[in-house]
Formats: sequence, C-alpha cells, structure tokens
Amino acid sequence: MNAVPAIQVEQLHKYYGQNEVLKGIDFRVDAGQVVCVIGPSGSGKSTLLRCVNRLEEPTSGRILVEGIDICDPETDLNAVRSRIGMVFQQFNLFPHMSVLRNLCIAQQRVKGRGKDEAVEIARRNLAKVGLSEKEDAYPAHLSGGQQQRVAIARALSMDPDMMLFDEPTSALDPELVGDVLATMKELASEGMTMMVVTHEMGFAREVGDKLVFMDGGVIVEEGDPREVLGNPHHERTQSFLSKVL
Amino acid sequence: MKRSTRRHLRDGGLYAVLLVVVVTIGLSADWHAIRVNFFDSDTIKALWPDIVTIAAVNTIKYTVLSFAGGLALALVLALMKLSPLRLYRWLATAYIEFFRGLPALVVILLMAFGVPLAFQWTPPGGNVGAGIIALIMVSSAYMAETLRAGIQAVPKGQTEAAASLGMGSFWTLVSITLPQAIRIVIPPLTNEFVLLIKDTSLLSVGGFLFSQQELTSFGQSGLTSYANATPLIAVAVVYLVIAVPSTRLVAYLESRQQKAAR
Repeated sequence: MNAVPAIQVEQLHKYYGQNEVLKGIDFRVDAGQVVCVIGPSGSGKSTLLRCVNRLEEPTSGRILVEGIDICDPETDLNAVRSRIGMVFQQFNLFPHMSVLRNLCIAQQRVKGRGKDEAVEIARRNLAKVGLSEKEDAYPAHLSGGQQQRVAIARALSMDPDMMLFDEPTSALDPELVGDVLATMKELASEGMTMMVVTHEMGFAREVGDKLVFMDGGVIVEEGDPREVLGNPHHERTQSFLSKVL
Repeated sequence: MKRSTRRHLRDGGLYAVLLVVVVTIGLSADWHAIRVNFFDSDTIKALWPDIVTIAAVNTIKYTVLSFAGGLALALVLALMKLSPLRLYRWLATAYIEFFRGLPALVVILLMAFGVPLAFQWTPPGGNVGAGIIALIMVSSAYMAETLRAGIQAVPKGQTEAAASLGMGSFWTLVSITLPQAIRIVIPPLTNEFVLLIKDTSLLSVGGFLFSQQELTSFGQSGLTSYANATPLIAVAVVYLVIAVPSTRLVAYLESRQQKAAR
C-alpha cells in the first residue's frame, strides 16, 4: 500500500464570517480506504469534504492530497481536482447535455482525450452503473437514483484516484437509495479510495473501514465502524446514535 | 332575480356602453377626410415597392446590426460585471448606468454630430454608421444586465460540478454556464430586439440619403412629398407586420420555457 495518505488534513479551521464551522480538524484517508463521516446537520462534515477539493476555501490549516498541498498557490488545482471524483447531494448533472455528453465533456476538455476514446470510457462506466440504455437521455428524464448513478459514472470517467461523496442519497426517494448504495458498494469492493459523508449507518457499518463522528466542528470520535456504532465511548456520539439508529 | 339573469344584464349593459361609444365616434368622424388623408390608394401605389425593398429592408438591416453588435458588447460587459477584479466591475457598472440613464436620441446625436466635431473623426458609414454605433452602445447596456442575471441564474452546483471535474473557468463558462444562461435569457433578449426595431426610427435625425431611409424617415418624406398622411399609415402597418410576430414569438418562447421548467 502507498505510504502517502490519499487525503491528509492537518489543523483545518474554517470560518464563515465570525462563525467557526471547523475547529482544528486532523483527518486522514489512506489509499484504498473507505472512510464514512457522520454527524448531525451543521456539524461541519460537508464543509470538511468540500475543503478536500477546495470547493470551500480553508481559513487555515493544511490539506494534502496524495502528498500535494492543494492550498499552495503553485499547485495546479485543476489537475488535482481531475484526480478527485466528487458526487453531490443534488447530482448536479449538466441539464443541457445528454448523459453521454455529461460523461465525455471533462474527459475531452480536461484530460485532452479524443472523442472516440472519451465515448468508449464513458460507455464502460455507464455499463458499470447499469445505465447503458440511457446514454442518449437527458438528465431531466431520469429518476433521482438514475441521475446519481450517472453522476458517479461521470466522476469515474476521469479515472480518479479517490472519490468524495457528499450525502449522495439524501435527496433520493427511499426506494431509490438501494441502487445508489449498491453502486458505491461495488466501487468500494474494487478498492476505490472513498470519503463518504452520509446518514446511511448500514452502509457505514458494512462497507466502511473507518467511521468518523463529527459534532460542532470537531471530530468527536473515530475508529472501526462496528466499534463506534456498537459501543460508542463519547456521550455526544451515544446521544446522536440513539436518535438515528 | 336569479344570479345568472343579473350577470347577463350586467354584461349586456357593458356591451351597450361600448356600442354607444363606437357609434358616437363613427357618426362624428369625417370619413371622407379620413379616407383621403390616411388611406389614399394612389399614394399607396406610389410608395410601392420602395417601402419594402428600401425602407423595410433598411429597418431590418439596422436592427440586426445594432442587435448583433449590442449582444457582443453586452457579453463583454456582463463578464466584466462578474469579474473578480473590482476595477472591471466598477467600469462595467459605470458604463451600464451611464447609457441606461440617457435617451437613445441624445446618444445618436452625440455620435453623429458631437464626436465628429470634437475629434475630427467620422464614424464609418457616416451618420448611419454613427447612429448604429450609438444604438449598439445603448442596447448593450440593457442586454448586459439581462445576460448577467441569466449567468447568475445558473445554479451554483453547475459550476461546482465543473470545478470538481477539473474544468478551468474558461471551459466552465463556454461549455456549462453560457449555454444554460442563453436559454434563460432568450425571451428577454427577443424583447430587446423588438425594442430595437422601433428605436431604429431614431436614426433618421442624422439625415439619410434616399437609399439609406428606414421606415420612419421613408414615411416622413412621403408625408411631405404627397402632402398626405397615408405614407405614415403604410409605414405603421409594415412596423406591425415585423414587430407583432416577434412579440408573439417571445410569448411562445416564454410559455415553452415555463413548461420545460416544471
């Protein structure tokens, strides 16, 4: 296994105005690990995830992605981002493009791939999420679950080294959650490095290598998911889990 | 009395009022004078075909030139307004406020007569060119605000998704933001186009050669040469033939967009 952590966060602070939402986070994800982050809303878990590819600007602290400091002005941020796949709560597919075009556009513009190569890679990833027959459809004609699987395929088409999931099933109707989780499970079994902000405790228990519980901008407890979920040490973890389990 | 009877009586009363107004106007009008002065068939024959081949064609030509130039300049201004650099934002705001605050006629006169006097420089195309440049400057100020609003109406998640894929700001703008913004602003831009059709009538203050005349100046010179108001009526009809389909098109686009948004 690679000795350099996929994601390493050191003493991360983030303010919105006077409001400190991240209060000195130390956090790491090793290559091949699946790390789930849970916590009540407003705990800063999504902000932490969005800092990893600098969609949010950290106020202070260091974030290393595969050893590269992403806040260094000399770093080619777009090159780093193209190696970090991201899946959003609201899918954020490009509504004016067909599914296939959604999967090809960044491959061609960022990776400089030719059209044929991009289409081939896109089709392979669409097949993987089980939506090959939808390549000509537009996002508006897909269900939420299908849109999220297309979004996963779009991120995978960039051949990322790791994937960030920001509450990927929170905007879905309950009966559609299963398909998306199954796709994520398959990805984890292939050894993809994943950081998942989620409310799906079952997924965290079954798939996660590590579980992180955040509250009030700090990491309260972390460790083996079965251990944290089954036998939480901290009082705040206990009270949160008693409400959601 | 039943409710439905009362409603019929009220509607009947309203129709009666309208009928009285129409009949009163009809009886008091001098129909002979109206026909001779506004609908003289000999004058109409004399206007044909120049009213279409010269005047209408010029009106459309001036409108399209002003619109295309205005849209291009508006895009630059809109991007300046959204620039991270404060000076660019400030310059764009100053430009937009300046030209939205002035009557188009004043800008046209300044370009046609003020600028040549001040700088010893005549805009290309003489007074027509000067007028079109003026319309470009004025319309771009309005369209810049429309475009800016359209760009800002594209959800933030779209640029975030593009950023997360490693797309730089240029490709994000060209491939993701602008195509979605353009869809949003097509109805208001079509509206601006219709306003420009009518604003080309202001160009005649610069003075035209006969071959440069657009509809309004064509009608105005017809008014003097035939001592008859028929040319103005004919010109008005041609304006409506051009403008009404355009406004109906806007309404159609708007309703289609509302359906698509659902």
